[in-house]
Amino acid sequence: MKRDLIINTEWCKGCGICAAFCPKGALKVVEEKVQKVEGAGCVLCGMCEQRCPDYAIYIKESEE
Amino acid sequence: MVDMTNVSKNTMNTADIIYKYMRPEHLPHIWCPGCGNGIILRAIAQAMENAKIDRNKTVLVSGIGCSSRAAGYIDCNSLHTTHGRAIAFATGIKMAHPELEVIVITGDGDSSAIGGNHLIHAARRNIGLTVVVMNNNIYGMTGGQYSPTTPHLEYGTTAPYGNIDQPFDIAELAMGAGATFAARGAVYHSALLAKTIEKGIRHKGFSIIDVASLCPTYYGRKNKKGSAVDMMRYQKDNTVMVEKAKTMTEEELNGKIVIGVLRDKEAPEYSEEYAKLVEKVKGGNK
Ligand code: SF4
Ligand code: SF4
Ligand code: SF4
Repeated sequence: MKRDLIINTEWCKGCGICAAFCPKGALKVVEEKVQKVEGAGCVLCGMCEQRCPDYAIYIKESEE
Repeated sequence: MVDMTNVSKNTMNTADIIYKYMRPEHLPHIWCPGCGNGIILRAIAQAMENAKIDRNKTVLVSGIGCSSRAAGYIDCNSLHTTHGRAIAFATGIKMAHPELEVIVITGDGDSSAIGGNHLIHAARRNIGLTVVVMNNNIYGMTGGQYSPTTPHLEYGTTAPYGNIDQPFDIAELAMGAGATFAARGAVYHSALLAKTIEKGIRHKGFSIIDVASLCPTYYGRKNKKGSAVDMMRYQKDNTVMVEKAKTMTEEELNGKIVIGVLRDKEAPEYSEEYAKLVEKVKGGNK
């Protein structure tokens, strides 16, 4: 099972909640849209997904 | 799309929740950036999944206010009603069709001011509704007037010098009126919130979950509470689990939001009692 962090930029309203409570500091908001911080070591814990008010960030599970 | 009908895990992927429970064509929702209502809506969808209720036999009823938009986003039988009357409409639905799962999504103003009367009587009768209160401590949709849950001395557009009223505690109010299940939740603790709402759905009889939401746009701005992130952090630092609260003094609990199930007890459910009465009267006429 492959797991990836997906950001739906169209739905993101840039509130910053996901970034503020990410245990790894793996997200940042730039010009009102969230982005991944490369190399910050996202652990795919899903806390951002649980708290995003706009369903704009989530972990996607796929085969292989 | 994978069939998730039999999935019993506690967290469902957001993409799955959206495709299974929501009406994605209506998303992104209308709520402001950082509004807590979206988090509560997700928790409701998660709770519906966990409680394994059939969406075709579920009715979601809302009133008026920011909270009322919720009914439009979940794909089940929906009823967007008049201000304060969500519980009254829901009572009618439950009486006509007791087999349906009836969930009310309301706000602090909708449920405890305009609809306060309906709330206490539904609680008193123990009718099988699940009421989720998106409590943002203000009237958001109409521009920030103070509501019955605006804390003492805080501000609203109609309380420019500070609110002299004492606030309602909606969960306590419902328990005082006889609610057999009452709980409090907070959007910061979103996973726990979903579990709490699930318990409310499973409960037979009247259940209410009073949820501390976030309204950065009006309540936050009027009261200098900072951004949505600051308001979330406030919840993080000031929520106490009900079990822990029992070991704390009144002084220690001052200003804290106690979350979890506050009451869960059994009592005869109203629509069932009514059905029994109908049977009895019919039998008597033979
Ligand atoms: S999954 Fe966890 S670690 Fe990764 S970005 Fe989200 S909150 Fe941060
Ligand atoms: S919590 Fe959601 S809406 Fe807010 S910044 Fe993160 S992805 Fe965007
Ligand atoms: S006014 Fe407040 S409660 Fe209403 S959508 Fe905006 S943030 Fe949410």
